[in-house]
Amino acid sequence: MHKIVVKRELAPKIKLFEVEAPEIASKAQAGQFVILKLDESGERFPLTIVDWNKTRGTITVIFLEVGVSTEKLGKLKEGDSITDVAGPLGKPSDIQNYPLICVVGGGVGTAAAYPIARAFKEAGTKVISIIGAKTANMLILEDKIAEASDEVYISTDDGTKGQKGFVSDALKKLIDKGYNFSAVYAIGPTVMMRAVAETTRPYKIKTIVSLNPIMVDGMGMCGACRVTVAGATRFACVDGPDFDAHQVDFTELIKRQRAYCPEEKMGLQQYQEKCACGK
Amino acid sequence: MANETKPQTQPKPKVQKNAIPMPKQTAEARKRNFSEVALGYSQEQALTEASRCLQCAKPTCVKGCPVEVDIPAFIKLMKEKQFDKAISKIKEKNCLPAICGRVCPQEEQCQKNCLLGKIGDPVSIGRLERFLADWERQTGIACSEKAKSTGKRVAVIGAGPAGLTAAADLIKMGHEVVIYEALHLPGGVLMYGIPEFRLPKDIVQGEADYVKKLGVDIHVNCLVGRTFTIPELLKSGYDAVFVGTGAGPPQFMGIPGENLGGIYSANEFLIRVNLMKAYTYPKCDTPVSIGKKVAVIGGGNVAMDSARIALRLGADVCIVYRRSREELPARKEEIENAEEEGINCKFLANPVRFIGDENGHVKAMECIQMELGPPDESGRRKPVPIKGSEFTMDVDTVVVAIGRTPNPIIQSTTEGLQFTKWGTIVADENGKTNMPGVFAGGDIVTGEATVISAMGAGKRAAKTINEYLKNKK
Repeated sequence: MHKIVVKRELAPKIKLFEVEAPEIASKAQAGQFVILKLDESGERFPLTIVDWNKTRGTITVIFLEVGVSTEKLGKLKEGDSITDVAGPLGKPSDIQNYPLICVVGGGVGTAAAYPIARAFKEAGTKVISIIGAKTANMLILEDKIAEASDEVYISTDDGTKGQKGFVSDALKKLIDKGYNFSAVYAIGPTVMMRAVAETTRPYKIKTIVSLNPIMVDGMGMCGACRVTVAGATRFACVDGPDFDAHQVDFTELIKRQRAYCPEEKMGLQQYQEKCACGK
Repeated sequence: MANETKPQTQPKPKVQKNAIPMPKQTAEARKRNFSEVALGYSQEQALTEASRCLQCAKPTCVKGCPVEVDIPAFIKLMKEKQFDKAISKIKEKNCLPAICGRVCPQEEQCQKNCLLGKIGDPVSIGRLERFLADWERQTGIACSEKAKSTGKRVAVIGAGPAGLTAAADLIKMGHEVVIYEALHLPGGVLMYGIPEFRLPKDIVQGEADYVKKLGVDIHVNCLVGRTFTIPELLKSGYDAVFVGTGAGPPQFMGIPGENLGGIYSANEFLIRVNLMKAYTYPKCDTPVSIGKKVAVIGGGNVAMDSARIALRLGADVCIVYRRSREELPARKEEIENAEEEGINCKFLANPVRFIGDENGHVKAMECIQMELGPPDESGRRKPVPIKGSEFTMDVDTVVVAIGRTPNPIIQSTTEGLQFTKWGTIVADENGKTNMPGVFAGGDIVTGEATVISAMGAGKRAAKTINEYLKNKK
C-alpha cells in the first residue's frame, strides 16, 4: 500500500500527488515512469515520475483526469492509499552535458518535461524551456520549470499568457533567432510532439520525444505499447519511452492510442453516472 | 482378533480398460461462460479410477514426471481413502498439485508410460492429483513444520511455477526466502497466461498462499533490473539469487500492417482477460476490445486459450496455423475442447499482410496457402508457401500467438551473467549459471516450455542452491 502524503490541484482537472514509495524513490531517474493500480478491480496505467525524494521515501506524479482511472485517482485524498505502484520503469533519459538544449512541455506533459530539464541543468547544460497549454489557467509548474531552466518561454493556444500559438511555433522562433540547440526534448500530446519533430527536422536538430502509447503491464510483456521507430517495431516500456522523434511513426501511434476510445468512453460514462448517483 | 479384517475372498475384479471420463460443462453451456470447463471427479469416481492402478513393482509412470512424484504410493493411499496422506505424498515433491492436476500434459509424461495404456486408457493420474488437491483445499491445507534455520537468505525472482517451486523447496531446507514479483499478483503465467476456464485464479492464489504459509515472503510490484538489480540483491545480503523470470515480450511476424488496431499479441490479449479480468468490464476497469470475426495465428496452447477466450467474448473464431492438424503443438485435450466449442481451424495457411480501414483498424488478412516439405531441424515437416495461392480473410480482430522472447531487462542490468544469442540465460540443468551465487531455471533458460518443466527446473535449482549454501561460509 502506498500512502498519499500530499495532494494539490495545479489546474482544472490536473492534480499532483506525492506518494510513499521508498524503493522507487531511491532508484528513480529522469524519464522513468511508474505503473499504478488503484484497487483490486483497477487497471494498470503509467504515469511519469515527476519528482522523487529519497529521504522522505516519496515520488511525485501529476496527471490530467481523462478517464475512469485518473478520475478515480483524483478523488483520493491525503492519507488514502494506492494498492499498487511499480517502478521505476522504462529506460532513463540519456542525460549528457550538452552546451545548450531546449526542453518543450505541452499541457500535462510539462510535468514529465520538468525532471528532464532539471537533470540536464544539474549535469551542467544550459537549458531553455518552452511550456505551453491551451489557456493560461491550464499552465502548470511554471515556477519549477523556471528553477530548472536558464530561460523560459510560455505559449498558450488562445494567447491568454505568453505568446499566442503552439509550443512548436515558439521553438521555431528561437531556432530562427540563432539558438544553436544540441538537442530538443519534447513531451506532451502526441500531435504536439509530432509538430516539434517536424519543426526541428529541416534543421537536423537531434530531437527526443517521450512516447505515451497504451500500456498494460509496462514491463515488456504485452506488446500493447509497440511503436514503429525507424521502420522497426519497438516497445515503449522497455526500449523507451524516449525515442528519436525524427524516426517515430506518429500517424500510427495516434491511431493506436485511439484503439480503446469507444470502450473508454462507455466506461467513463458509466463511472460518472454511478458517481452522480452518489454510490 | 475381533478387529481383524476379513481376508479377501472375492476374486480380484478385472482391470477396467477405460478411464472414468472427466465430467465437463457441455460445449453449449461453457462457450458462454468463463467457469472451469473440467468439473473434477467426485469421490466415488476418483476411487474407481484409483482402483485401476496396477501398483507396478517397477513403476514407469514416475520416470515420466519431471518432479518425480511417487505416483503409485499416492494412489495406494488414495485407494485406502487416506486422502490427507495421499496429498502429503504428492506434496513431498510437488508444491502446486491443484495446478499440475489441471494443466500438466500428463498424456506426454506420467500417463504416457502407464502399463494400462497398452491395453486401454492409462490411469488418469492428473485427474486423481487434482481430486486430492481440491479435497485438501476444501478441508483446509496442512502445513509442514518449518525446518531449522540455516541463517542463509535466498532471493527468488519471479513468482511463476519455477520461482514458487524453488522458494517452497528452499524454505523447507531452512533458508530464508523472499520472492520478488514484477506484476501485482503472484503466479506468473498461471495468473496472466492460462485462462480462468482452464485454471481458476482462486486456485492459483491458493497455491501462492500455501507457499506464503510455508514462510516465504512475496514482494509484488518489484521488477528486478529496475526496482533492484541482481548485483544489488547480492550486495544487500542475499547469499544466492534464483532467476525464474519466464518468457517475456511477444514475437510478431514482421509483416505489413501488424501494428494496426485490433491486432493483439496473445500476451496482451491474455493479460487483459486473465490477469485484469477484462471479461467483466466495466465491473473491472480494464477493457478488451473484441470484434465479430477473430483470427488467432498459431497452433500452441496459447493459441487455443486465446481462441477459446475470444469465443467466450462472443466472436466467431478461426485458428490459422501454417502446418496441418497433426503438427498442432497444443495439448490434444485442448484441441478437442476448442473444436467441440465451435472454433474453426484453417490449416496450412500463413498470413502475409494485414489490411486496415481508414481508422487504422484491421479489416482483412491476406494469407498464403502452405504445403508440407521435408522435416526441418525441429523434426517437423517444414511448411512451404505455394506460389500464387494467396487468399483474403475478413477479420476485425487478430491475436498473434506465435511465441515469446526472453525479457531483456535482466540481461541489460546484470553485468557478467552469460546469455545465449536468443537472450536466454546460460545455465546447466541444475540451474547453475556462470555467476557465483546466481542460479536460473524455467523459460528464461530453456525458452518457452511447460509449467511442469519450469517446476522441475525450480526443484533442481533449489537442490543446487542448497549445496552451494552448505559450502558457502
